Amino acid sequence: MLGKLDWSAIPIEEPIPLFAALVVFLGMVGVLGWITSRGWWPYLWREWITSVDHKRIGVMYIVLAALMLLRGFVDAIMMRTHQTATLFGEGYLPPDHYDQIFSAHGTIMIFFASMPFMIGLMNFVVPLQLGVRDVAFPTLNSVGFWLTASGALLVNMSLVIGEFARTGWLPYAPLSELEYSPGVGVDYYLWAIQISGVGTLVTGVNLVTTILKMRAPGMGYLRMPIFCWTSLASCMLIVAAFPILTATLAMLTLDRYLDFHFFTNDGGGNPMMFVNLIWAWGHPEVYILVLPAFGLFSEIFSTFSSKPLFGYRSMVAATLFICVVSFTVWLHHFFTMGAGANVNAAFGIATSVIAVGTGVKIYNWMFTMYGGRIRFDTPMLWAMGFITTFTVGGMTGVLLAVPAADFVLHNSMFLVAHFHNVIISGVLFGAFAGFTFWFPKAFGFRLHEGWGKAAFWFTLAGFILVFAPLYLVGLQGMTRRLQNIPVDGWAPSLFVALAGVGVMIVGAACQIVQLVVSIRRRDSLRDETGDPWDGRSLEWSTPSPPPAFNFARLPHVEDEEPYWSVKQRAIEGQPPEVPVSYEPIEMPKNSPTGFVSAFFATLIGFALIWHIWWLALLGLAGAYATFVVFAWRDEAEYEIPAAEVERVDRARLETRQAWYRRREEAA
Amino acid sequence: MTVKDHHEDHPADMDDAAPGQEAVNVREPVGGLQGYVIGFGLAILLTIASFAVVQTELVYGPAVVSALVVLAIAQMGVHLVFFLHLTTGPDNTNNVLALAFGIFIVVLVVLGSIWIMSHLNHAMMPLHDPRPAGG
Repeated sequence: MLGKLDWSAIPIEEPIPLFAALVVFLGMVGVLGWITSRGWWPYLWREWITSVDHKRIGVMYIVLAALMLLRGFVDAIMMRTHQTATLFGEGYLPPDHYDQIFSAHGTIMIFFASMPFMIGLMNFVVPLQLGVRDVAFPTLNSVGFWLTASGALLVNMSLVIGEFARTGWLPYAPLSELEYSPGVGVDYYLWAIQISGVGTLVTGVNLVTTILKMRAPGMGYLRMPIFCWTSLASCMLIVAAFPILTATLAMLTLDRYLDFHFFTNDGGGNPMMFVNLIWAWGHPEVYILVLPAFGLFSEIFSTFSSKPLFGYRSMVAATLFICVVSFTVWLHHFFTMGAGANVNAAFGIATSVIAVGTGVKIYNWMFTMYGGRIRFDTPMLWAMGFITTFTVGGMTGVLLAVPAADFVLHNSMFLVAHFHNVIISGVLFGAFAGFTFWFPKAFGFRLHEGWGKAAFWFTLAGFILVFAPLYLVGLQGMTRRLQNIPVDGWAPSLFVALAGVGVMIVGAACQIVQLVVSIRRRDSLRDETGDPWDGRSLEWSTPSPPPAFNFARLPHVEDEEPYWSVKQRAIEGQPPEVPVSYEPIEMPKNSPTGFVSAFFATLIGFALIWHIWWLALLGLAGAYATFVVFAWRDEAEYEIPAAEVERVDRARLETRQAWYRRREEAA
Repeated sequence: MTVKDHHEDHPADMDDAAPGQEAVNVREPVGGLQGYVIGFGLAILLTIASFAVVQTELVYGPAVVSALVVLAIAQMGVHLVFFLHLTTGPDNTNNVLALAFGIFIVVLVVLGSIWIMSHLNHAMMPLHDPRPAGG
């Protein structure tokens, strides 16, 4: 009846996951109870859960990402404390549990923290920057988000029911085959990633279509803000690379469920093919993560230097160069697997070459700041922290790109330090910078500057303290994923790293305090003009938060920085263009399709993990029924009356005029 | 570029059209139902041919794989032209570029994998596999 599922799936004998699960469970019950007692369910259902508004979906992506970031951070804290503890004794994590923790840390941080954070920012910002009212397929957008959430739910379920993979964040065959991993851990991984992978793929398709087909009148490709360009490149990589991941994991699934032999040791399988294929996805994946961050850093450097972006066209070229070349370097993840010198040399050179694209960007950012009037607000601090630390991470990457050096450093802590160095400073700092930068746009009030700056400095200092000693200890020969550390010589470095973790915890606490303080003082932090940073692109021309329809009239774009030009004209004294009449706007209706289909997808995933076949069929039928109901809907859109559009737009123009008047009085 | 689109109230963007936008397939060899029927016929024919190549002795044994590859690529071509309405016209620039990007990535990954795997297999010790090498 319940397949492999019985009471032995609950890890009664392991206190740590059980306690963690209890805390999470109580927290969830608390939040749900609080929402119920406030009577917020109807509001949440109508305005958020069923929402197809790209802004709301973007916000929900970021909430999911922030929660998963905390979960992944807790895993990281456990790994660092456990490793240091084993210098004195056994530590507190048995090997079986420790292996699950480092696997869950990587899986969660890449798939459920970094990806949703970047996709959330793209979702929120891209349509606003393009000057349009929504993405190309609004309901599909909601489906994509809820499928990602479904995958995240499955990964977290494995904490209490059963176990997670012990194979590392990429389940290398043959270790992940049934012979060596008979439990449900790898199955949790497979179905969680497959379900959220579908979500990511549809979002990629959606954003590519939006950017290629739905720009405001006059916005040619070379007038798009650079964030839209990097989002386009990132989503093109999603569309091209994620099918490789899906196919590879599907083959592993066939091996495990139907006795196939794609990657097994016997029966003619080839485990090396798994490593080859997974990295053919895996390397583009790192650029999927970091390209949107490059784009938003470009926006931030330009805005806070009060200058147009230096070398806009070379930036576009570098982005597309990275987009293509990212598909030619994947072998550098397995130089040591035994390919000959020719293969290693070719991929080593390609790896060094791809750094040129990033180098172009770094010089462009520096020249953007050069001669500008720089304002050191929190987003700019994150951006400057990024440019300095990312350069170090990039250079250690070029070092690792030399095959001969890689033979020494492969799978060492040096490698671990390298990729954390680039991913934390690139993606995580990018996420925080973008979060602080666009938060006022999303909610109508700014984040508290003092706590934001404290969060930045603690996070930066902690980050350097953690990973500088890990580089060192890697050069001394420490390999990654060690459950027990018998070498006293590594102790000093590991202690410094542990202290760094403490500093990073303070940084994370500052972020949370910043959010709480900002919400409590929202009235004094209110952003009334919709343009808190003196921005340059179209999202700042809308009120904060923007109305559901974003723009009362689609803006007419005449140059690369449309909103900056509008402001310049106003400052020079030209009267603003006030529309004489407004027209009603049709917007897509909210739909529970995404939520319901993700509910059924979770059922399917859970059922397949535990071999509960009837439940899987039920879930499949439910998901198909949801699709049919959606396809047969009568009304897809609702109308916002012209009077309402006019009221919102007049109010926007009013505050804008007040701002110009204040500016003139001050001058 | 002689035929304009049929929908007067929605002038189509001739430089940028999505697959299946029937109104703008100016350069298509045959449009409408006729196009679908011809495409369907060709697709069936190519499918039968693939089975025939394997099941009969019409093709020289060692060349069967190459023949299948050729037939598969032809099949893709038929789908692209008759069902996805890919043309060389200026209204199809995006679609042609997307196809080119896709083919480019597939070629990179497939050729790269073949190169890498042949090197890896060459360096491997012989496996205890009863079947002949390359299986």
